[in-house]
Amino acid sequence: MELTSPTYYAKETVQTVQDYVLFCVHAVANLFRKPFYFTDMVRQADAIGVGSLPIVVLTGFFTGAVLALQASNTLERFGSLSLVGQLVSTSMVRELGPVLTSLMVAGRNSSGMASELGSMVVTEQIDAMRALGTDPMKKLVTPRMAATVFMLFFLAIISDLVGLAGGGLVARVLLHLDSRQYWSYAWQTLVFQDIFMGLVKPVLFGFIIATIGCFYGMNARGGTQGVGRATTQAMVASSVLILVLDFFVTRFLMAVLSYR
Amino acid sequence: MSAPTLPLDSDAVTTQDDSAPVVVFEDVALGFAEKEVLRGVSFSLARGETKALLGVAGSGKSLILKLVMGLIRPDSGRIVVLGNDILQMREEDLFSLRGKIGMVFQESALFDSLTVRENVAYRLMEERGVYDEEIDRRVREALRFVELEHTLDLDPAELSGGMRRRVAIARAIITQPELLLYDSPTGGLDPVTSNTIIELIVKQRDVNKTSALLVTHRLQDAFTMATHQFDPQSNRMAALPHGQYCDVPMSFLILRDGKVIFDGDLRQLTQTRDEYIREYIS
Repeated sequence: MELTSPTYYAKETVQTVQDYVLFCVHAVANLFRKPFYFTDMVRQADAIGVGSLPIVVLTGFFTGAVLALQASNTLERFGSLSLVGQLVSTSMVRELGPVLTSLMVAGRNSSGMASELGSMVVTEQIDAMRALGTDPMKKLVTPRMAATVFMLFFLAIISDLVGLAGGGLVARVLLHLDSRQYWSYAWQTLVFQDIFMGLVKPVLFGFIIATIGCFYGMNARGGTQGVGRATTQAMVASSVLILVLDFFVTRFLMAVLSYR
Repeated sequence: MSAPTLPLDSDAVTTQDDSAPVVVFEDVALGFAEKEVLRGVSFSLARGETKALLGVAGSGKSLILKLVMGLIRPDSGRIVVLGNDILQMREEDLFSLRGKIGMVFQESALFDSLTVRENVAYRLMEERGVYDEEIDRRVREALRFVELEHTLDLDPAELSGGMRRRVAIARAIITQPELLLYDSPTGGLDPVTSNTIIELIVKQRDVNKTSALLVTHRLQDAFTMATHQFDPQSNRMAALPHGQYCDVPMSFLILRDGKVIFDGDLRQLTQTRDEYIREYIS
């Protein structure tokens, strides 16, 4: 096995980060440049948003359900079982709804984008598109980015609601709590900061998912093996970036919004 | 070989007069990872002429086509296409220049997600936004030219290799480009299908008088093109009588180790004394 020098590795990393930043700038700038591929955007929104709905609903429901189940054990010791709605609500809206939805969508779509665009690169379809007078960044990347950001916002909201419903079902059936009490606590505990944090995150994560997937796809090299590598890299990089960014965004918003 | 200097306009796509060469390469060099692939390549392509680019694998033939299209940039030199110095142009300006050029890729590069109809109509759809009757008429006309009108609603995956190449030709010619670039259009095909493809290229050359650069590994394809002419009466390619081979606008360019070692017509090629070329064409 050939060893890579640390200098070379560092240069490669910096170069990749630079390329990624320029890629993102280009993708965002295309939102304001003609032509606008609205049909492609709607098509992608359908594939990414509607296509991801089943896994997002399932993930959200069972996360809310297990959260209620786990919380009940601890809350019961302090005689506060009735607060389970409050705990499920804040956890789902602030953190688990956006993050788990994003991870699910990343697993399904970031890798999908990388493999689709990567295949187009290695079969010269991207070159053919340029030869036919179309900018692949405008036609392929910007619609995917806009569609992912837009749809992840709503998917996170759906995930939050379904999670709360999952928690509510567990509270009613297994913990024998009053449903009205559960929903009342769940609703009343939420403040503007919670909702704001829960809605900012999917927008940022959607951007990460689409740009990382497209970036690795558009830079795939070396035939089918290269496409496989790009797919894996996109999946890993987007998932890790979502978790890392989640921490910093949470910390930042807590400071900015004077969180309690 | 020295190429003529053309008046340039780097800010927009320009048109040129009929006597000016369609493509001019001046001392073009290109390398990848410290390996020089093209070294001082110079040649020109006259209007209406078809030039076959020959050479062993890895000699840089396909790169020349991508350089003409502006898909990659050389390290040095000058490339003038249809009167435009493409190295002075931004990517946005190149898109409008590419509208005047058609390219047939090595593996066809048809869009998997689109039907044959949508693939062939792609460029017109990009311009107009909707698939109207005029586009439909031109799509059918282009597919009729390659004798594949019946494949309109098929997916590329349902076509054979030869049919995919023919659809790629239809996609390239639908806008009646001034310049056509063929990247190994017969590579990996059986002799009968290869002959069909070559016949279509000859038809495009002789009927529509389109300038073209043709990359090929198959020497016999280039020789067939130089010794045949399209006969519109029989709708078939017909062999020229001996002595009239140079009547067709066909020339040859041979690359070796990234350098041009021959640029001339069939007569010059058969009379060359260069040992390497004699061995190559034998």
